[in-house]
Amino acid sequence: MLAERLDATFAALADPTRRAIIARLSKGEASVMELAEPFDMSQPAISKHLKVLERAGLVSRGRDAQRRPCRLEAAPLREATDWLQRYADRMEARFQSLDNLLEELKEKENAHGRKKK
Amino acid sequence: MVEKRSSGKLEVSLPSDKEILLTRVFDAPRHLVFETMTKVDYVRRWWCCMDGFKMTVCDIDLRVGGKYRYVMVGPDGNEVGFRGEYRELVIPERIVHTEIFEPFPDNPALVTLTLEERDGKTFYRSLVLHDSKEARDMHVNSGMEVGANLALDRLEEVARSLSGTNRGSGTSATHSQA
Repeated sequence: MLAERLDATFAALADPTRRAIIARLSKGEASVMELAEPFDMSQPAISKHLKVLERAGLVSRGRDAQRRPCRLEAAPLREATDWLQRYADRMEARFQSLDNLLEELKEKENAHGRKKK
Repeated sequence: MVEKRSSGKLEVSLPSDKEILLTRVFDAPRHLVFETMTKVDYVRRWWCCMDGFKMTVCDIDLRVGGKYRYVMVGPDGNEVGFRGEYRELVIPERIVHTEIFEPFPDNPALVTLTLEERDGKTFYRSLVLHDSKEARDMHVNSGMEVGANLALDRLEEVARSLSGTNRGSGTSATHSQA
């Protein structure tokens, strides 16, 4: 179900550390050690966050037994952002028409002094 | 047509499982923003913005207990209607009203709209409260179906923005899990 997948995605993204991990992985794959570096956190703590991201399908782990590099799975992320963004885009298009109308009314008002309609 | 001004993009977030929060800045004084949102002749100019859509009904009875109804018709002849009732009214700063998406009359939402003026700009805030998460999600989904007509294909940009490598504020999709 789309709704359940979206729930898992949004829950996984609700944490700032996990969002930072996603941001780091958007630049390329990394090992747990590399991911832990910039954070004031132990590797097990990072691994815990990675498990949440893995369960949500946002991150996958490579086969290489030593490193098991983490990589970003873009599809669920796109699905989630697309879902909310399409709504936002539609509303924004409407508000841009409103911007134009407001500019027109501002000019009218300036031309007539502050005469209220 | 007057050229577009940078009024600051709409931000949408999901503060709880039942809510949608919209915020935006308009480069105009509050009394004008309020008028454009409450006078029939003005609402008709901006509410229905999509190619091929026409606004066929725009009724506004702006008083506590008064009702409104907006209907637009798509190129395929399908009607999309919204209606509701005004519950609180503080001109020109606050309106609380119900909102019913007509295909689903059993799922009214409660909308709290506030307008704040600072330095000649108006800060718009609209909090939409649904009675269930399902109804809230359906509301957001409605943008997907209708939005398909806008041929928006900007997934890459959006995914980048969410991962924090690009403009981040437009997609603050925080979602508190119960």
